[in-house]
Order: sequence, then C-alpha cells, then structure tokens
Amino acid sequence: MANDLFKMPETAVSTDEFIKGLWRENPVFVQVLGMCPVLAVTNSGINAIAMGLATTFVLVMSNILVSSLRKVIPKQVRIATYILIIATFVTVVEYLIQAISLDLHKALGAFISLIVVNCVILGRAEAFASKNTLANSFLDGLGMGLGFTFALLCLGVVREILGSGTIFGIGLFPDGFQSWVVMILPGGGFFTMGAWLLFFNWLKERNKKREAALSESGTGVK
Amino acid sequence: MNQIDLKQLTAPPNSWHMLRTLAGVGIFCSLLIVATYQATLPVITTKKLEKLQEAVFNVLPGAASKANFRLTPDGRFEPFEGTPKGETLVYAGYDRQGKLVGIALEAYGQGFQDVLHIIYGYSPEKQAVVGIQVLESKETPGLGDKIEKDPAFLANFEALDVSLSGDGQIQNAITAVKKGEKQQPYEIECITGATISSKAITAILQKSTGEFIPMLMKNLATFEK
Amino acid sequence: MGNESLSFIFLNAALINNFVLAYFLGICPFLGVSGKLETATRMGGAVTFVMLISSTCAYGIHQLLVAVDAPFLQLISYIVVIASTVQLVEMFIKKFSPSLFRALGIFLPLITTNCAILGLALFQTNKGYNFAQSLVYALGAGIGFTLALVLMAGLREELELAEVPNLVKGTALTLMLAGILSLTFMGFAGLGG
Repeated sequence: MANDLFKMPETAVSTDEFIKGLWRENPVFVQVLGMCPVLAVTNSGINAIAMGLATTFVLVMSNILVSSLRKVIPKQVRIATYILIIATFVTVVEYLIQAISLDLHKALGAFISLIVVNCVILGRAEAFASKNTLANSFLDGLGMGLGFTFALLCLGVVREILGSGTIFGIGLFPDGFQSWVVMILPGGGFFTMGAWLLFFNWLKERNKKREAALSESGTGVK
Repeated sequence: MNQIDLKQLTAPPNSWHMLRTLAGVGIFCSLLIVATYQATLPVITTKKLEKLQEAVFNVLPGAASKANFRLTPDGRFEPFEGTPKGETLVYAGYDRQGKLVGIALEAYGQGFQDVLHIIYGYSPEKQAVVGIQVLESKETPGLGDKIEKDPAFLANFEALDVSLSGDGQIQNAITAVKKGEKQQPYEIECITGATISSKAITAILQKSTGEFIPMLMKNLATFEK
Repeated sequence: MGNESLSFIFLNAALINNFVLAYFLGICPFLGVSGKLETATRMGGAVTFVMLISSTCAYGIHQLLVAVDAPFLQLISYIVVIASTVQLVEMFIKKFSPSLFRALGIFLPLITTNCAILGLALFQTNKGYNFAQSLVYALGAGIGFTLALVLMAGLREELELAEVPNLVKGTALTLMLAGILSLTFMGFAGLGG
C-alpha cells in the first residue's frame, strides 16, 4: 500500500487520483496521518463535517497553488514556501468559519489553526502536488480531503450516537436512553479510532485471504 | 523527472532566485490574508456584538437596549465605544422606556476541568443577581455542564440576594448548599454529581460581586440615562 | 483572564488538561516514538525544550502583533518564526554542545511542526498569559507530554511480551491503551478547584 505513495507521476488526468484518497489510500484509516484533529473534534457529526470541509478546502487550494508554482519554486526553499502557502489558506478558512458561525468556530477552537500542522496537507504538497499537473493535483487534493472528511464523519457519527444519543443534533433514542458520556470525552476518541482501525485491519485481512485463495485457484487452472 | 532533480540539486543554489520566489509567494499570501480579513471583519464584528447583546439581554430579563461602560483606574465608570483592548467592561441594560434594568458583568474562575467564563446580571433595584449565563466552559459533558442548562440550578440565580450592608460591603456572602437545603436568598443549591462545578460558579460570583457591586452602587448615577 | 496562579497553570497543563491525553495534540510522535522507553524520554526532553523556546517566541510575536494591530498575521508568523528559531537553536546546539545534540538533536527537526508546539503557542495567547505564566505553561505542557509518552512506552514495552492477536497489533492496540490512559488522567480533573 505504501508503495503507491512513491509511484511515478502520470501526466494524463485520471479519476483514479480522486478515488484513491477516498478509500485505497485514505489518509486517516490507511496512512494514519493527521490524527490530532481526527480525535479532537469528532465529538459530534457537525463538528466532524465542518473540520473535514475546512481541511479539504485548504488541501485543494494549497495543492492547486503548489502545483501551478512547481516549476518556479527552487528545491531549497520549497518546504518554507509550502508552509507559507498552507498557513495563508488556513488563516483564510479560519476567518471564513468565524464569519459563517461563531459557535462552530468556538467548538472547533484552536484546531482550525492547527490544520496548518496537519501532516496530510504538507505530505500531499510534497509527495504529489510538487510533481504533478494542476488538474491531477486538484483531484488528488479533493479526493484526499473528502477521504479525510469521510474518516472524521465515521468517528463523529459513532461518538455522537453513543455519547449524546443524537445524530447531527437530532434525538435518536427515547428519553430513557442513558448516553455513554465517555464516548464524547477524550478517552472515547481513542477507543473509537482504535475500533475503526481494527475494523479496517479485519477487512484488509479478509481481502488478502480471498485474493490468496483466488490466485491459488487461478494457478491451479493454469 | 529524476534527471531534473539531480541537476537542481547539484547546481549551486541561486540566492536571488530563492529570495524572489519567497518574496513573491509572501506578497501573494499577505494580499490574500488581508483581503479575507477585510471582507469578513464587518460580519464577524456584527455577529460578536449580537452574541454579546443576546447574552446581556438573557441575564437581564426585560432589557431592550444596552450600553457599554469602562472601569477607570480610580474605580469609576465611563461610557465606552469601540473595541475593547484589555479594559474591564460592564454592560448596562435598559428597558423600552430607557429605564436602567440592571448591569451585566463578566467573570472568570477555575472550574472542574478548565477556566469558566460567565456573564451575570445585577439589578440595583432588587439588589440581587437576576440571571447568569455560561459563556465558555469545558466541564464534563452530562455532569458538570449541567451548570449551563439545568433549570433547577439556573433558578438559583433568578433572585440571588447580594444586598449591601451599611458599610457598603455585601451583607451575606453567596454560599453553596446541598440540593434541597436552600433557605436563604443568598444561597445556591448545588447540582448532585456536579458539586465542584456548582461550587466553582459560587466562588466566581462571590469574588466578582464582592469586588464590583459596592463599586457599581457607588456609581449608580453614571448608568442612569 | 490571565490571573491564575503559576502552580495551577502548571498542574493544569501537565495533568488536568494533558496535551496528549485531553487535547489530542502531538498524537503523531505519541504513536510513533512511544515504542521504547529511552527514546520516549529523550523525545519528551526535546519537546519540552522546544516548547520553552516557542513559548518565548510566541509571547514576543504576540506583543509585536498587538502593537502593530495585525491579528490576522498571528498564525503565519507563529509557524514561520517558531520553525526558524528551532532550526537556529539546533545549529547552535550542534556547534556548542555535541553531547546535548546527541541526546535531543535528531528529534528537533521532527517536532518543529508538531501540533503540540503550535497548539501551545495558540493556547497561551488565547488565555492571555503573561511572560512568566507562558513559560510555566510551556514547562507544564512539556512535562505532561513527556509523562504521557513515558507511561505509554512503559506499557508498550511490557506488551511486547504478551500474546496479542495479529489483528489488534500496532496502532489499534496503542490507541486502546491511550484511551485507558486518557480516562485515568480524567481523575486529575478538579485538582485545581
């Protein structure tokens, strides 16, 4: 799986750049990157979506800019330039969120600013956008961002349902439901993330076994 | 691709080129930030003001307009406009006839998990705290955060006595008591399971009222319209 | 705000609101280098050191930004100044104290853009701490980080000997452990009240 990160860049626009971030190279579940916001802001579905979209915005914009400047930026100062670009878009997104909803800004708190040090973004700028065409970089950013949002949502929904008995603020259970407060506390974040990773490990293992069984039967025919 | 990399790595770095790139990106970035800041500032300021106003009206039932006052170093108050920069502000609320309903004050203090930030309303007429709202807290969800919404707890602050005695100090300090044991108008009934958070609110109010209310009463004429 | 006592700030940063276990800052190094006790201790030392430096920087920048009334430059100047200061300090240590460099050196570049470092700078600004308070806050946060890392490393070293199903090995198990540690640290809440 990790080898995909270093594969040779392609010049043609391909939808695969978009799809890989969603599932096969999902930044959270497969690459285990950018864990801090994943755990910190996923105590409700709304927060998770907002954080995911903010990250996607920064990811797409910085990928676009880095890709279009990739022939101009000298190698020696590239990281500094990337950080500058990312910090700019994070500042922009922070003011936008504040303008949209102060409550949301309060709920996400410092984690909006901390998008700047999310390894996913710098990672994509360095590993992908600096070597690929504008269109592909855009798709890559969008795919990775949505993959990230998807992962946040997986955690946020589980934690909100169990921890507050609601989904996106709408009550799910009758009054008697005793919510598992622990799920919206920090500990619950670790537990839920661990459980999801476990689930994905199990999926991977199962797929591997199936493929092994398939190839075995394949060679048998040959 | 690899050949280009090698060429660039082996060539001596061109400082002028590097500087030019950094400066160019820097200028572009600063333009973008400033543009966003300028575009969103009016919206954000309005929203913040609305939010504060809502909180003030919430803790001062019956208020329909508000005015900001600043605490001067010599312990007096003066009208204040514009954005605060570290000053202590109090907010006077007026009803539709322009009569002073009360004064809202912000207060901070240590809660169970982190710092609590509250705003409370004081009515000079009733000589009592008439409302309280938690502006910021990180209390435990489901337990400590009941201080924000538990109706029985909030009822404590509908008329919490903070009347002054003859020497201009608060007569009876606000104290916390167990649930169901409230007998005096200056007592706060704690929430079961959130004793520390309830006591934290008590301590914050006790400190803030002790400090400010004598000062407010002395300068009451300043706030009348 | 900004009137809290130094001892409380220290306790708050180190235990009650532990950066790793309550604020989820610096999870990457927490998961990455908590395999061995010795590495964890050294990483903790390096993070504490960088936190002190960046806290000082952030305090200075904040004063400057307030003076010129440009709050929108906060994030960008924090990250740029902190990153370059850490680089400078790294070169300085390399030249003047090779033994210290061997102990902390390899970790310094790794943690420049760690979220715990930037998070600390942002939190101390939000809380309006003065210079002494900021330094104590940084020290507390660094020690809390080290504590979490060392506890985790100790647990993981023991687990090496345990029989664990293949499926659970690795990050999933570490996260479960972290969850339990996090719950344990919740017991410290109310300490300051």
